[in-house]
Amino acid sequence: MSTLAALARLRAVRTGTAQRLATVRHCHLSDRPMVLIPLRMAGEAAAPLAVMAGTDPARPRLLVVPQPRDRDLRFGFAAELAGVLLPYIEGMQKATETVERRGAEPYERSVDAPQIIVPNAGSAAFVRMLGRSTRFRRAEGPYAVHPSVPTLGRWLTYLGQRAQHPGSSLLLAATEALSLHWATGQSRLEDANLASLVGWIDPPAGMSGAQAAREAEDPLVWPPAGPATDPGFDNEVLAPAIRAYEETRSERAAARVREAVRSQLDPVWRLVWRAVGLLEALPAAPGVASRWEADRGSFSAFAAQLAEGAPPQPKRDGAVGAASRLARMERARSSYDAQRAYDDALVMAEYRLTGEAFAGTVVAAEPDRAEGEGRGRKLRPLVTVRTGDPVRVAPGTRLGTPQRRGQQAEVVSVAGGEVTLKIVKGMGRGASATPGAVPEVGEPVCYAALLEEFQPPPALPAPEDTPWTHGGPPPENPPEAESSEEEWS
Amino acid sequence: MSAPGVPAAEEAGAVVRAVLDDLPRHRGVVVDSPPGAGKSTLVVRAAGHLAATGEPLMIIAQTNEQVDDLIVRLAAEQPGLAIGRLSAGDYSAPPRVAGKAAIASKLPDLGEPAVVLATADKWAWAAGGRTWPWAIVDEAYQMRSDKLLRIAGMFERALFVGDPGQLDPFSVVDGERWAGLSWDPLQSAVAVLLRHNPGLPVHRLPVSWRLPASAAPVVSAAFYPFTGFRAGTGPGERRLRFTAGGMRTAYDRALEEAAASGWALYELPERHTVRTDADAVRAVAVLATRLLQLAPVALSERGEHAVGPERVAIGAAHRDQVAAILAAGVPPGVTVDTANRLQGREYDVTIVLHPLSGRRDATAFHLESGRLCVLTSRHRHACVVVARAGIPELLDAHPTAGGVQLNVPVRFPDGWEANQAVLAHLAEHRVAAAPLS
Amino acid sequence: MDRLDTLRGPVPPRPHDARAIAALAANPGCERRAVLDAAGVDKDATAAHLGFPAPFGQSAFAITRGNAFEALVKENGCAELLRLLRDLLGLPVESAGYTDLGDMAGDPPAHRRHEHTRRLIDRSAAEADDDGTLYDHPLLRLEIAGHTAYLEPDVVAFRLGGAFHVVEVKSFAVVDGQAEPEKVAAAARQAAVYVLALRTMLEELGHDPLRVSHEIVLVCPENFANRPVATLVDVRRELAVLRRQLARMTRVGRIVDALPPGLTFDLAPGPDGAPARPVAELRDAVRRVDARYAPECLSTCDLCFFCRDEAAGRGSTELLGRQVRDALGGVATVDEALGLADGSIAPGEGQEEIARLLRLAGRVYAEAG
Ligand code: SF4
Repeated sequence: MSTLAALARLRAVRTGTAQRLATVRHCHLSDRPMVLIPLRMAGEAAAPLAVMAGTDPARPRLLVVPQPRDRDLRFGFAAELAGVLLPYIEGMQKATETVERRGAEPYERSVDAPQIIVPNAGSAAFVRMLGRSTRFRRAEGPYAVHPSVPTLGRWLTYLGQRAQHPGSSLLLAATEALSLHWATGQSRLEDANLASLVGWIDPPAGMSGAQAAREAEDPLVWPPAGPATDPGFDNEVLAPAIRAYEETRSERAAARVREAVRSQLDPVWRLVWRAVGLLEALPAAPGVASRWEADRGSFSAFAAQLAEGAPPQPKRDGAVGAASRLARMERARSSYDAQRAYDDALVMAEYRLTGEAFAGTVVAAEPDRAEGEGRGRKLRPLVTVRTGDPVRVAPGTRLGTPQRRGQQAEVVSVAGGEVTLKIVKGMGRGASATPGAVPEVGEPVCYAALLEEFQPPPALPAPEDTPWTHGGPPPENPPEAESSEEEWS
Repeated sequence: MSAPGVPAAEEAGAVVRAVLDDLPRHRGVVVDSPPGAGKSTLVVRAAGHLAATGEPLMIIAQTNEQVDDLIVRLAAEQPGLAIGRLSAGDYSAPPRVAGKAAIASKLPDLGEPAVVLATADKWAWAAGGRTWPWAIVDEAYQMRSDKLLRIAGMFERALFVGDPGQLDPFSVVDGERWAGLSWDPLQSAVAVLLRHNPGLPVHRLPVSWRLPASAAPVVSAAFYPFTGFRAGTGPGERRLRFTAGGMRTAYDRALEEAAASGWALYELPERHTVRTDADAVRAVAVLATRLLQLAPVALSERGEHAVGPERVAIGAAHRDQVAAILAAGVPPGVTVDTANRLQGREYDVTIVLHPLSGRRDATAFHLESGRLCVLTSRHRHACVVVARAGIPELLDAHPTAGGVQLNVPVRFPDGWEANQAVLAHLAEHRVAAAPLS
Repeated sequence: MDRLDTLRGPVPPRPHDARAIAALAANPGCERRAVLDAAGVDKDATAAHLGFPAPFGQSAFAITRGNAFEALVKENGCAELLRLLRDLLGLPVESAGYTDLGDMAGDPPAHRRHEHTRRLIDRSAAEADDDGTLYDHPLLRLEIAGHTAYLEPDVVAFRLGGAFHVVEVKSFAVVDGQAEPEKVAAAARQAAVYVLALRTMLEELGHDPLRVSHEIVLVCPENFANRPVATLVDVRRELAVLRRQLARMTRVGRIVDALPPGLTFDLAPGPDGAPARPVAELRDAVRRVDARYAPECLSTCDLCFFCRDEAAGRGSTELLGRQVRDALGGVATVDEALGLADGSIAPGEGQEEIARLLRLAGRVYAEAG
């Protein structure tokens, strides 16, 4: 934990309300997000008990499995869920734009993409688990399911996996999105409880954040946001209701289970929408649009694969798949970190505290300075910045700056609160610097050892060329083949 | 474990011969090399051996510096060997490499040297087309397996050399989804290689030529509990003496203790501090200064030499600690760096800011055994550890948390045990800091 | 040890089961917990009486599911389990046997059952042949701070090639080779307790304790079905932690000696069945022993809400988590930290640095926010 975040938490304790950790919003928020709250049957890995979902805060759809251990009911539920989710997703594929690419064929990208908002990280993991349990199903043969079920499974898998991609907003966990922007007066562990986190950020009138957070821990006031249910509720309300259904299989008994579950989900539903509202109130950071663009590109690519009849995602990544996913994720991580810092002075502040960035005022500038002679002559403007920050960048380090994105400077020297920099990129190619490209004396500036440019990773072998060190080529018939008949009991 | 009675050189030589003999018999051969056990010597010898067969050889190291070091040694010990170095466009060869290797950024531009060296990253860009009969992978335990995946198709057989006790590779992203996979990209190259090829021979270099007799048993027991190694020199064969008069300050007493016994623990009073604990940082800087003022002379199997600043290093866990130590003023020429960057280096005397000093709660990062292993195994003569009192209590209070992933081999040694073992030994060489004025 | 009895009062000590023993390492720095555990005080009841009941409920669904799975695995003399173990450990099909150690006449007390287990395991360890046998319902024993704890491994120890493997049956799922790491860790810690108890027993019987393998067999449902799958889990780390913790427990005497004489956490019931002790008295008694609260307590210790409330009352920075506390270089309270940050408190000796850092953080925060 950085000292800055620690200080913010201390202040939250003192003031009784959460403190900002960001001045702008770093995740995309759709005009029409779908909130989805899954509940799981206790003791089971992937037995859904219920889902509340919808795009209209006033009209939640509630899907319930009155006996979660009943396999037919479960598949019926999966088909129902597909009926809610797939039209939303498919609706997003309709409007597309053509994207031109250098050195490659142009492609079609959806102008919008689905955005699923779940309460917490556990719900996101459960979405992945639901995807895993449904994507290998088949519409014919033994244990046939409704044709929409395997499609649902692939989408849930896709969304669940994309949620692990740094900077992606296709599937957001409300607790994580809020924690990125606010520091509470409690611990990170307690922040995982959505009701208490929201309590700190936006306490009801007449209550401090701390009080609201405490109240939020009472499952009778605020039922857990899932996927696990409150054990007390399970034992006292749900178990008898399910037993009654088991005995009678009547509509009335099913309705009783339904109402029981609704009592747990209704408050969470309102809570997640409140979280959405809190995020909405923050202005979007500049980098959000480009990351959402990447999300849209990824979404369109997956939709295209599905349309072409690609097989379901494998159970686990193969050697090559894992390495290539890791490379993509690492790149996304670094660029996400850099973008957030450049977009947001509060995020940058953390780097300033550790000395990887500094802010100050220009005290000297040589905009037309050059190095080398004749044809080797290169424009290398010098800038000296006076700063009170604890600078910890070594000479030779490359820096970027939020004031001039794309520009790069190299540290020449650091001494006595003054840093001298040599601008090496993004100041123009002419004999003298582009006007405005070199900061002038007196200008406030900030530099950071965070670069937004990345080399693409070197190529990987084709999966069928996996070398002997990594187990050789994968088998032709992966174990997925039988999974359509896998039990789900 | 070391064979009693057998001279160290003989024991080590036998292992090297066994490695060379195994090369043609197996697709891959792994050699574990504890600190200073002659890893580079082995690489250079194996390179000469393989080049003598007339078949071209590729050598893969992890950093440009490691590549350059190997070139210098290859050129010195295998004169007449044509060496090529592949490098990125913006690489400029340091003077020590000049004239020793052909340098180019593309393979065809190198001609047909017997040996081509490059970093793993650079090799990955050079992939395509050509297959090499032989490869040597250096620092293979610090290489992530996804890097090996990119280049393993370029060679038919390979020798993997590295130190299993040092820091594991890492990533900025959470790799839980791959945990348990035999090809987990975040595991080391050797871990993945051996999981897929469990029959490959694994040799261990048995003798540390760097660590003195005072250090080898400590480091061996703490960080290599199952395999072990011994020192190449006997007790008393390495000596450190000061030629300038000392004072009876705690600093000088700590340095004298280190000179006499190979270890010293300079212990500051117990206190919870921020990472850049000013007292500890100052103690480290003063110890380095005093050390050089005492004009140390090292006597070893290589003869006698004055220990200059270039033979002294200061190690710490975090970059901000390194910056703080530098800011506190250390004699010019003394290396100050983090454990990550001190891997593979060697000095006569090291001064270490203990990763757990002043901490109230230890994290997995602080407890990582590889970090302490690197820090306490860089020296040929003596190591001075600076720490706040109270680390044993901190270890005692450390909660065991954290999950267990199925099918992920347990990493040994456990950081807790390793820390405990090192501390127990250091306690015998404790010098209490003088009250600060 | 009568000091510990006084602390507990005239109620029988709460028996330690493997889960409780495994949990000893959850917060070893906490003296309060160490004393209460060593004295066998019922922490759950203590917390309830203090008005801060522990937040750990268990869902009947999970219990039912667990029991059903275990029954399935043990059906027909553990037929399903034997099949799994054959595959995992390479046991020849014909030679596996099943012995129910719990099959004793009447309802014998724990020590008798333990004797029975001991005898049969001794005989088995002495035999030269290599038959695999499952021992169901063994009863093991471990000394915890002078008290005897009887342990009932879910199932079994299995002997193959002269080695015993502890088998742990859990009902959380292994999906595509992965399971929830926290759950695996808890299972491994618990199994390590059995490994240690079994090793201790073998040693007492004059056998090599290392014949009990450090690889335990974890049996869980696979994917989304009830079919069990077995995985070997290396518990050497957990064993090392456990040994350290048990050694610490024997040293708890030093803490106890420093407590005021006559101190007690007595929960003896009054006429109405509820503890007779006035709450305020109990609260003062508990407060006499230093706690070391951390948010992790919220999932590992019955007293968590009480200790959290106490830490909040002190304005302790412990509330914010170990990492925050560590970043603050040991500054104990929120007020002190904020005072250092805004300069209203002059840094004490050794606090200059954290004060400087906090002031810098304050300045940067103000500039940026
Ligand atoms: S809850 Fe209290 S008694 Fe329990 S471990 Fe935490 S601090 Fe100690």
